[in-house]
Amino acid sequence: MTKQIERELRAFIAENLLFSDNPDEVAGDQSMLQAGLIDSTGVLELVAFLEGHFDIAVADAEIVPQNLDTIDALAAFVSKKVATAAPGRFMTPEFEG
Amino acid sequence: MCGIAGFLGAASESGAEKARIERMLSAIAHRGPDGRGVHVDGAVALGHVRLSIIDLAGGNQPMLDETGDFAISFNGEIFNYIEIREALEAKGSRFKTRSDTEVILELYKAKGEAGVEDLVGDFAFAIWDRRRQRLVLARDRMGVRPLYWSRTRDRLYFASEIKALLAADAVEARPDPIGIDQLFTLWSPIAPRTVFKDIQQLPPGHLMIATPGSVEVRRYWRLSYPTAEEDAGLAVDEGAIAEELRGLLADATRIRLRSDVPVGAYLSGGLDSSIIATLASDVVAERLTTFSVTFESGEFDESAFQAQMAETLRTAHASIACETSAIGAMFPEVVRHIEQPVLRTAPAPLYQLSDFVRRRGYKVVLTGEGADEVFAGYDIFKEAKVRAFCARQPGSAWRPRLFGRLYPYLPALQAQSPAYLNAFFGMALDRTGDPLFSHLPRFETTSKAKVFFSGELKAALAGYDALAELRDDLPADFRSWTPLAQAQYLETAYLLPGYILSAQGDRVAMAHGVEGRFPFLDHRVVEFGARIPSRMKLKALREKHILRESLGSRLPPAIGCRPKQPYRAPDSASFFGAGAPAYVTERLSHAAVASAGLFDSVAVAKLARKCAAGGALGFRDNTALVGVISGQLWSETFFSGRAIQADRTLPAA
Repeated sequence: MTKQIERELRAFIAENLLFSDNPDEVAGDQSMLQAGLIDSTGVLELVAFLEGHFDIAVADAEIVPQNLDTIDALAAFVSKKVATAAPGRFMTPEFEG
Repeated sequence: MCGIAGFLGAASESGAEKARIERMLSAIAHRGPDGRGVHVDGAVALGHVRLSIIDLAGGNQPMLDETGDFAISFNGEIFNYIEIREALEAKGSRFKTRSDTEVILELYKAKGEAGVEDLVGDFAFAIWDRRRQRLVLARDRMGVRPLYWSRTRDRLYFASEIKALLAADAVEARPDPIGIDQLFTLWSPIAPRTVFKDIQQLPPGHLMIATPGSVEVRRYWRLSYPTAEEDAGLAVDEGAIAEELRGLLADATRIRLRSDVPVGAYLSGGLDSSIIATLASDVVAERLTTFSVTFESGEFDESAFQAQMAETLRTAHASIACETSAIGAMFPEVVRHIEQPVLRTAPAPLYQLSDFVRRRGYKVVLTGEGADEVFAGYDIFKEAKVRAFCARQPGSAWRPRLFGRLYPYLPALQAQSPAYLNAFFGMALDRTGDPLFSHLPRFETTSKAKVFFSGELKAALAGYDALAELRDDLPADFRSWTPLAQAQYLETAYLLPGYILSAQGDRVAMAHGVEGRFPFLDHRVVEFGARIPSRMKLKALREKHILRESLGSRLPPAIGCRPKQPYRAPDSASFFGAGAPAYVTERLSHAAVASAGLFDSVAVAKLARKCAAGGALGFRDNTALVGVISGQLWSETFFSGRAIQADRTLPAA
């Protein structure tokens, strides 16, 4: 499940933050603040995507770099949220098998 | 206020000089709709297009003295020309006009180029001294008036705008990758550089002495501040400073009302323009006429404050509503006048406003420009102070909460979580020793737009660091100043002339033959402001404290106590949605972007898609979008859409 979430996160980040065709351009542990992918206002955009795309609710207290600043952290954070909010949604055949 | 152009060099076949100078003047005809003149003396030509303001009958240019040995072409105003004239007359100079132009000429004859130090005003001029066979160019201290030059094998050319140099066929229009990189870092190139290869600007506060064989550029004025130790020990009688400032600003405003045509004033609704309008109302005999621009969106609109101020002063007030779609529609013309890419649309509404002012019969306006630089009004000064405060106690949990008090006028920023504000403003806190510390978040955020540069442009810039060049450009004693003074210098010596007074100032006003006058940028005010202790300018987090103490009581409390709201305009929204201009799709197409060569067409397509969907919420995307669109328009206007050609060797960075 986390793998697929990471793929979807990478696709979003490549298209909307990196403006690149290569979803693997950013290392999993690269800080997006440091890399300038997220500026002082950009995190709202990321949160809006998470809530809309993964159908989860992100609380104010969860909007912290520890949860959102690297792809690894994001994937873990979203996986945990999805597991509690919408169990089964990411049960693709790959994982069912 | 006018436009100037000219050249110095080898004589050619008869008639060629005259035709060339006429071509140059035609390119800047908008600057001087009231008259036009040329003076050709062998291989030297001076040209002038006139916006007549002082001595309407006698002020035609180029002007020659009675010997014919000295000729001048002058753009701008000398506000203390009456006093200089009296002093010169007392020493025997004789005048045949009432103009400030003749005062500069006679001052030069009496004192040589050193006379420039006596001038209070905004100017760019050229004097041809036939006796000594030399051309003297000068530009005002703050960089209000523009002056560009270019040197070919056999000639030196100069002009108020770059388009006149290009019209002279002096130099081929080519982009300067370093100038572009500096603009996408600092908002403007570092003078003398421009975004055009082989075209330079005379930096503010500089003179040039040119002979047929040599060019010497020399600084005659520089903004400077007391050392931090001196600043701490400076007199603390705040009341006395406030009073002296009141007198100085009243005088700076008074002499800026000298004009043979009516002078109006811009009212933004903020503290600074309200102070200037108040001081002007004290002097003018009849009702002051004021102008302002209003916006559809409450995020930008200040009309309630404008109306309140106009009512308080009982001015004849007129405003024009700037529609978001109109910004996009006029942007190509704005870029043509600005002659460089820009990262914000803010020049466009001011371009519309100057058109409005001109149609109402005014060609001179006072504005409040400069107060934020001189008296520390911008939030970047507070940001730097809070960041330094946090850097002293990195473990403090409550200090970073002060970040939440910055930029209260930016909704996108106010919506951020405290942790993210902390992470963003907390960047580079370990770099307090960097002379650019105050501006690092801004410069680094702006630089992110370079991700859209094309492979060719990136290759030309390999290894180049605009911030390193800026550090090298700083005065030797910069590090001895207070942190606030250092931050003020970065704003006043670079952003102010490079962007504010140019793209948002001279260019968009003179596009419609309107002259801006800026009492806060009288160099006596600037020098006085620099000597006021930092703690009286930014007192705790109260911006422009001393200015408020000095003149705030003259204003309605709602304006006198109003926190800073900088002038801003809608960015990406101006180019998409209903009413979007047709050129946007065309200029951002793969073909157009690839042909111009400045940007990466794949990345631009993704950005355009995101903005069209309304997804561009952040600074970075808005900065990049306006930079890309203006860059594409700039390429179209000056390079026929082919700025950087992959099949041509790039000029070496």
